Amino acid sequence: MSSFSNIFKKELKELFTAATLIPIILMALIFAMIGNTVNVEEEISHPPVIGVINNDDNTTFSYIASSILYRNAKVVFNSTDINDKEEGLKTVKDQDGVALIIIPDGFTSRIINGKHGEITVYWIMKGAGVMDTISSSVVESLIAEINSNISREMIQRNTSINASFALSPTMKNETTYFKDKELPGLSPNMITGILSSQSMLIPIIMMMIIIMAGSLVISSMGMEKENKTLETLLTLPVNRLSIVAGKISAAAIVGLFTAIIYMIGMGYYMQSFNVSDTVNMSNYNFVLSNLDYILIGLSLFLTLTGALSLCMLLGVFAKNYKSAQTLTFPITLLALIPMFITMFKDFDTLPLALKALVFAMPFSHPMMAPRALMFNDYILVISGIIYVALFALVTISIVVWVFKTDILITGITKKPRILHRREEKM
Amino acid sequence: MLAIEVKNLVKRYGSYEAVKGVSFTVNKGEIFGLIGPNGAGKTTILRMLATLLTITSGSAKIGEYDIQKQPEEVRKRISYLPEDAGAYKNLTGQAYLRFIADFFNPNKSEEMINRGVEIANLGKRIDDRIDTYSKGMTRRLLIARALMIKPEVAILDEPTSGLDVLNAQEIRRIIKNTTKQGTTVLVSSHNMLEVEYLCDRIALISGGLIVEEGEPRKLKEKYNASNIEEVFMKVIK
Repeated sequence: MSSFSNIFKKELKELFTAATLIPIILMALIFAMIGNTVNVEEEISHPPVIGVINNDDNTTFSYIASSILYRNAKVVFNSTDINDKEEGLKTVKDQDGVALIIIPDGFTSRIINGKHGEITVYWIMKGAGVMDTISSSVVESLIAEINSNISREMIQRNTSINASFALSPTMKNETTYFKDKELPGLSPNMITGILSSQSMLIPIIMMMIIIMAGSLVISSMGMEKENKTLETLLTLPVNRLSIVAGKISAAAIVGLFTAIIYMIGMGYYMQSFNVSDTVNMSNYNFVLSNLDYILIGLSLFLTLTGALSLCMLLGVFAKNYKSAQTLTFPITLLALIPMFITMFKDFDTLPLALKALVFAMPFSHPMMAPRALMFNDYILVISGIIYVALFALVTISIVVWVFKTDILITGITKKPRILHRREEKM
Repeated sequence: MLAIEVKNLVKRYGSYEAVKGVSFTVNKGEIFGLIGPNGAGKTTILRMLATLLTITSGSAKIGEYDIQKQPEEVRKRISYLPEDAGAYKNLTGQAYLRFIADFFNPNKSEEMINRGVEIANLGKRIDDRIDTYSKGMTRRLLIARALMIKPEVAILDEPTSGLDVLNAQEIRRIIKNTTKQGTTVLVSSHNMLEVEYLCDRIALISGGLIVEEGEPRKLKEKYNASNIEEVFMKVIK
C-alpha cells in the first residue's frame, strides 16, 4: 500500500464517523420535512383568493381592472354594491382569502378627468412571516398590472396626456386586518417589514447566544477531559450542582457578552433594512409593554439555562476538545431551525406537524415571544415559558444525575475497551 | 487507628468484573501501596475510594465516613491525584493552588498556598502560566496541590509515572515527608522498586484480586526474593 493511500484511509476512517454523519443526515431529513410542509411553489402557483366589489358606474377602466383580477385570481366574492363590504370581508376570510378589492364609484371618470383612480384594498393577513405574504404579493403585482394596462389604454387613446399621470393613473388605498387589529394605510408587506425589524433581532441574538455559550460549555467539558482536570475537580469538596451551575453561569455570561458585541455591529447593519422609520409604530400599537419585556426576558433566561444544560449533557460525551467541537452541531441545528421557521412563517400559519415541532424545540419560544406579545398572544408565550422551565428543570436534573454516575469518567460503554481486550487475552 | 478500611470491594462494568472483592486496611500515617500490572484494577480501586466511581458491592470507609453514603464528607478529607492528571493551563502555578485551596478552608487558604508553593519548589516559575511548565514541574505542582491541604488520606495514582529519575526521587521524598504531618498515603504503582522504597505495606493485585499483602521486607523473606518484582512473579505463578 502506498504512503498516500495509507494516510488517505486513516484520515477517512477518522473523519467519516457516525458522529459526523448522523447530524448531517438528521439535518437533511429535518429540512426535507420542512420543505415538504412549507411549499413555496405551491403557494405561488395557486391563484390568490380574493373578493371583488366593482361599484364603478362607468366600466371603461374598471373593466380592465376586474378582468385582470378575474383572470389571475380566484374570486370568491363578487358584487357591485359598496354596502356589501362587510359580507365580502367575511366571505374572503372564511374562504382563506387574501384581500377584498373595491373599485369605487367614479373610478373611470376620475382617471378620464386626470385624477388618480382609487383602488381600495382590504387585506386579510394571516401571518407575518416572509412566506405568509406570498399571496398578498401576487395580488400587489395584479394591482400593478391593472395600473400598467390602464396606462397603456390611456396612452393609446390620448397622446397629449401628462406623462407622469399616464404612467401612474391609479392609486391604492389599503387597510390590513391582522390578528384582530385594523391597520389603515399599511399593506401586509409593510407590516412584515415592520415586524421583522422589531422581532428578527431577538431570534438572531438568541441563536448566537445559544451557539456561542453552548459551544463554550461543551468545549469546557472537552478541555477538562483533554487536560485531565475533570477527575481532580470531581474529588474536591464541592457538590455536583455547584460544578454544573458554575460552568453554565460563566458560559451564559460570556455568551451574552460576545452576543451583545456582535449584535451592536449587527444592529447597525439591520438599520439599513429598517422600514419602520417611515411608520410610527405606536400608532398601530406595535409596542411592547414592561410586562411583555419581563416575559421575553424570562423566556430567554429559562431557554438559555435549558440550552446550556443540554450542552453540558452533550459535553459529557466529549472525549477531548476536537470531539467537543463536533458535539456543538446538534445545538447549532436546534437553534437555526426555529430561527429560520419563525422568520419565514408565523407560528399561527404553520401546518400542525410543524407547529408541534417548533413548540417542542425549546429555543423557538423566546424567538416567537416578541411578535406574539405584540398581538397579545399571551397563551402561546406563557405556555412556552412553562414548557422551557420544565425543559430546563429536567435537563439540569439529568446533568446533575450524570455527574453523580460513572458515565462522566467511563463514558457510556458498559465496560472500558482496554479492560475488555485485556480480559480476552487472559 | 484505621485511615482506610475496604471490605469485599467489587466493581463491575456490565458483565465484566474489574475488581473482584478486594479487602484491605491502611493505618493512620502509613504509606500503603497497591502494586500490579496495568489493568489489574488499581486505578479502579483508587477511583472508587476517591468517590469518582460507584461501588458495585462491598464497602469502604475513609476514617469513619462511608464512601457511598457520605461522599461529600469523604471529599473533605481526601486528596486524589490521578495518573496523567493535568492542571488548568491558562492559570499560573500560584493561581492554580489558590483555586484548589479555596474549595477547602477559606480561612486557611493562604497557609495552604504557602505550603503548596514550598512543596512544589518551583521558585519564581510558580508565577508563570502552567502551559509553560515541563512535565516534571507540572507533576510537582500537582503533588503540591494534593498535599498542601494536609489531607487525612492522599490517594496517589502512579505519582512518578513518566518522570525522570531526579524528578521521581524528589516526588518520593515529598510523599515520605507528608506522612510525618499525619497524612495517610495510598499509592498505586507498577514500578515495584519504587514502592519497595516508599511503602510501609503493600498489596499485590492481579486480575482484580489482591493476591498477596504485607510489609515489603517480610514479603521478600517469605518468597526468598531479592526484590518485590521477584515476589510478584512468584506470587502470580
